[in-house]
Amino acid sequence: MREAAFRTPEIGDDTAVLRARLHALWETEPGLKGWLGTVDHKQIGIRYIITAFIVLALGGIEALVIRLQLAGPNLHLLTPEQYDQFFSMHGATMIFLYASPILSGFSNYLWPLILGGRDMAFPRLNAFSYWVYLGAAIFLYSGFLTGAGPNDGWFNYVPYAEKDFNPGINEDFYSLGLIFLGISTAVGAANFIVTAFKTRAPGMAINRLPILIWGTLTASVANLVVIPAVSLAFFLLWMDRQFGTDFFQTRGGGQPLLWQHLFWLFGHPWVYAIVLPAMGMVSDGLPVFCRRPLVGYAMVALATVSVMILGFGVWVHHMFATGLPGLSLSFFSGASLIITYPSAVTVFAWIATIWLGKPVMKTAFLFFASMILLFVIGGVSGFMTASVPVDWQLTDTYFVVAHIHYVLIGINVFPVIGATYFWFPKMTGRMMDERLGRWNFWTMFIGLNVAFLPMHLAGLLGMPRRVYTYPAHMGWSALNLIETIGAFIFAVGTLLFFVNVWKSWRSGAPAGDNPWGAPSLEWSTTSPPPPYNFAVIPTVASRHPLWEDQLQEGEARSSLRRGMTLDQGKESLLTSPIDAAPERIVKGPDDTIAPFLLTVAMMVLFYGMLLKTWWVIGAGAILCLTALLLWLWPRRELLERAPDDHPESAHV
Amino acid sequence: MSAAPLGYLSSDGERAAAILPLTWFTLCVSIGVCLIIAVLVWIAARRAVPGQPGEIPVERRGSGMRWITIGVILTSIPLAITLVWTISALANTVGPPRRPGLVLDVTGHQWWWQVDYNGPLPSGRFATANEIHIPVGEKVLVRLHGADVIHSFWVPKLTGKTDTIPGQTNLSWLEADRPGIYRGQCTEYCGAQHARMGFEVIAEPRGQFERWREAQLQTAPPPVTAAQARGAQLFQFRCSVCHAVRGTTAASHYGPDLSHIASRRMIAAEMLPNNPGALSGCIENPQAIKPGALMPNQHLSGQQLTDLTVYLETLQ
Amino acid sequence: MSELLLSEPRDLPVGPIGRSGPGWWGVAMLVTSEAALFGYLLFAYYYTGASALPGWLLEPAPKLFPALPNTILLVASSFVALYGEKGVEKGNRTQALIGIGGAFIMGVIFALVQYYEWSAKTYGIGENSYASLYFITTGLHMAHVGVGLIILAALFFWVLDDFFSPRRRISVSAGILYWHFVDMVWLFVFTTYYITPYLGFAR
Repeated sequence: MREAAFRTPEIGDDTAVLRARLHALWETEPGLKGWLGTVDHKQIGIRYIITAFIVLALGGIEALVIRLQLAGPNLHLLTPEQYDQFFSMHGATMIFLYASPILSGFSNYLWPLILGGRDMAFPRLNAFSYWVYLGAAIFLYSGFLTGAGPNDGWFNYVPYAEKDFNPGINEDFYSLGLIFLGISTAVGAANFIVTAFKTRAPGMAINRLPILIWGTLTASVANLVVIPAVSLAFFLLWMDRQFGTDFFQTRGGGQPLLWQHLFWLFGHPWVYAIVLPAMGMVSDGLPVFCRRPLVGYAMVALATVSVMILGFGVWVHHMFATGLPGLSLSFFSGASLIITYPSAVTVFAWIATIWLGKPVMKTAFLFFASMILLFVIGGVSGFMTASVPVDWQLTDTYFVVAHIHYVLIGINVFPVIGATYFWFPKMTGRMMDERLGRWNFWTMFIGLNVAFLPMHLAGLLGMPRRVYTYPAHMGWSALNLIETIGAFIFAVGTLLFFVNVWKSWRSGAPAGDNPWGAPSLEWSTTSPPPPYNFAVIPTVASRHPLWEDQLQEGEARSSLRRGMTLDQGKESLLTSPIDAAPERIVKGPDDTIAPFLLTVAMMVLFYGMLLKTWWVIGAGAILCLTALLLWLWPRRELLERAPDDHPESAHV
Repeated sequence: MSAAPLGYLSSDGERAAAILPLTWFTLCVSIGVCLIIAVLVWIAARRAVPGQPGEIPVERRGSGMRWITIGVILTSIPLAITLVWTISALANTVGPPRRPGLVLDVTGHQWWWQVDYNGPLPSGRFATANEIHIPVGEKVLVRLHGADVIHSFWVPKLTGKTDTIPGQTNLSWLEADRPGIYRGQCTEYCGAQHARMGFEVIAEPRGQFERWREAQLQTAPPPVTAAQARGAQLFQFRCSVCHAVRGTTAASHYGPDLSHIASRRMIAAEMLPNNPGALSGCIENPQAIKPGALMPNQHLSGQQLTDLTVYLETLQ
Repeated sequence: MSELLLSEPRDLPVGPIGRSGPGWWGVAMLVTSEAALFGYLLFAYYYTGASALPGWLLEPAPKLFPALPNTILLVASSFVALYGEKGVEKGNRTQALIGIGGAFIMGVIFALVQYYEWSAKTYGIGENSYASLYFITTGLHMAHVGVGLIILAALFFWVLDDFFSPRRRISVSAGILYWHFVDMVWLFVFTTYYITPYLGFAR
């Protein structure tokens, strides 16, 4: 195929003929090949979201079992060994298998639409990151469901995780499973970073990016450099357990605290990575329901980045009781207090947006507005633990359990539910039921507070964490019963949410292109969007393209119905990192099962490592290599290969 | 004992007392901030307008930057106070005391606490388990050792948490202002019976403490009755593999030292009161009481169990 | 702004040209993550060594032969690979094959020499934490060398089969970027394990 090396992109109008041509070029192939091989970011995003919501339900059931066991003192619903697997799996499920993938799912779906592009920078890598996520979830749950689930908490401290104390295969499932999962998150992060900097619509300069982009981008940069820390920690643990090395074993001069440093160097940035994209969704969604732009956009964008930068410098606050010297404790305590600032900026920006706006009480708004309060409740309990002497009393009690659930449910789950109500019409073309939405909101809000507010008190009364039962007459029994009741109320709320999603998908009221009157680019295309997103590449003139006429804050207008058509194949536009000036036309890959095959090969490899069966490991490695070559083989249609040049074309 | 033995909103010792006002301050600030934000969000949301969002015109009424500026300035005040107060409280509590009245070595095991009282001469040293006695009003230095996995030493009314980590010695210290029994708890997840790894600190006047120490230094009295003798023999045969009784040939330190087991208030790491019934139950069926504990069920006959219990009751 | 863009459409490159294109950035992201991995490995060494007892450092005076010449060989292979990349850039197939093939051979020799070094050690991976860290760090590096060699081999055969031109050669640049990374990381590993003991660390 001869392809000109340079081309002036055709400018055209958004017509039915153009749409039809683009549809044929971009639609996923039918049948199994398309199902296994799609590279459409919207389909991949929906898969992520559905899988993550199923995982949320599993983690929630684990939580309910835990709460039943703790409803009263000295109960025997679970043995200690069972309980230890339940609480470890609950933590791992929620923090690793739900909290990040759900945000990856929404970001995957929304980013190209919000950025005015046709796909992510690396569509095949995108498919791969989903398949690996699914594979890792299956791998981890195959351990749990056979009674060999992780049993040392999600944080997995040594020496308890070492073979001497944990001879079963549980910890091997966890170690290998998380290394596997880390690959999904890391490649996803790489994809988001390059997409953010290279695949925006012309004119979408860096100060016109919706905050969701800032949030996911910041999280991705952090993930890219901290996931190796935890993957390494688990790899070294696996080596200690299976090959007799001494990374963490004291008998050979190993250091148990090395685990904690590696884990928390990853762990603290990770907890910001699982809330910043969600905060971005609030920053982009809340203004729509307040009929005004976000207050303090630049401050919020800066706060997003600075909280992550500071977040690299606080990891020791998870280790205040480990006997570190006072100077070190002071530094990390101070940093942990200062990190309040960017969060305060964002909270006040949100409140001001409501106060100075015209709020509309839709369900999405209820979730976005209430999360501000939940954020602050979680934030202040964090502020208390930032002070070292106070933390020496609070740490490892239910006070911290209260803290983590307010921040995770308040700053991840609630924004995600709000985001679902907000973007469901765009994804499915249908509106969710508002009346059911109110029931959903109030049961979740009440259930959350009944379940977790008393935990602050239980913690102040000294109830330790990670205990399978507790004695009577400690002052905790009534509190625990209330918490259990609250957990079940919350579960009902979650069920209502799933019912609403299911019901609305099948028979919700039709939504138009822009049912909320929102400003960003995804609302300028159909609901659901066509496979190619935009028939013509939009040109962006402001931060709120669809509000320009109402805001009247300048002469410039974005161009949404006339622009580059890029229809000479499966084409997208790359733009420059800061100003988003057009830079390059690229060809997108067709559907391919290489990412799926590579994932299957990796599963063979990881199960082989789990069982220490060398021929399986060897087979897995060879299969991986084959799949990789299949994927990365230079292709003419992607212009990775010659010959394709027009003989008279100018040189590079 | 108070209604919340492990609570720390009150304190009974200098080290915990130094933390307490800061705890209350941050708690009050936190509650206050939550109330203020709740009120602000509530008022803001009450200004809701009816209708569909798409029908309501978009309008930028003010930049709102003042909200952020004022909010950040207000945030700075409690933050600055907390920062300065934290550093000061940390300096007061981190220790370790220069001239402690007593030095203890505490080792965390799965799932019990080994307590070693030292002295300049071997005859002045003894080991006990799970029940720590200290003199009132004196600073006690606690050297923390890890035998197997990481545990954490915590007596909420007297001191904050410090981990016991294999391969290193951590230091903690405490001081009790008045006599009493202060509950402690392991607070670092350490396996199946982490939930049942309590201990207690009994603070008593110096004279009483010295009498207790003298009694602990005594070696075990020889058995008197026939049942006691049978029990002693059974102990040597079955229990000395793991447990020590000073003055006999049982000298293993794998499990808790039982030299003065009968003098203790509680058994099974603060789980059960120390009476013959509970003691028998612990010996015969530890797995029912603490599933996963490293002490296996003993499968003794009724007579053997009675003899053993009777013998242990002599170890005052 | 939008009117400006639409009224003056520019001649845009189509597809990756030279070393510019998304694929190069993808490998750059991979390299960043892997560099972080080695950063954490070296952190583990320094952290463990800083609190280690005397005798932990099993080689207080590590033998610089053959490690130092081997290091020089590996670094040189980056230059040879660069020479090969230039060959593709100029359309000179012979230069490309010599460069890529030469880098491959130098990498294989590096691996063989390293393997010989390992087998000459008097301690195994389970001896103590120093041994564990040494073998796992050099071992993980060797795994990366292995992947790099597979990449160089693939590039060699693709160049042999006239896959690339001066314009369309992004795979070459991306692959050789990976090789440069493998060589750069080795400098840090070598300095940590072979040089810092002489400077007094963990003695």
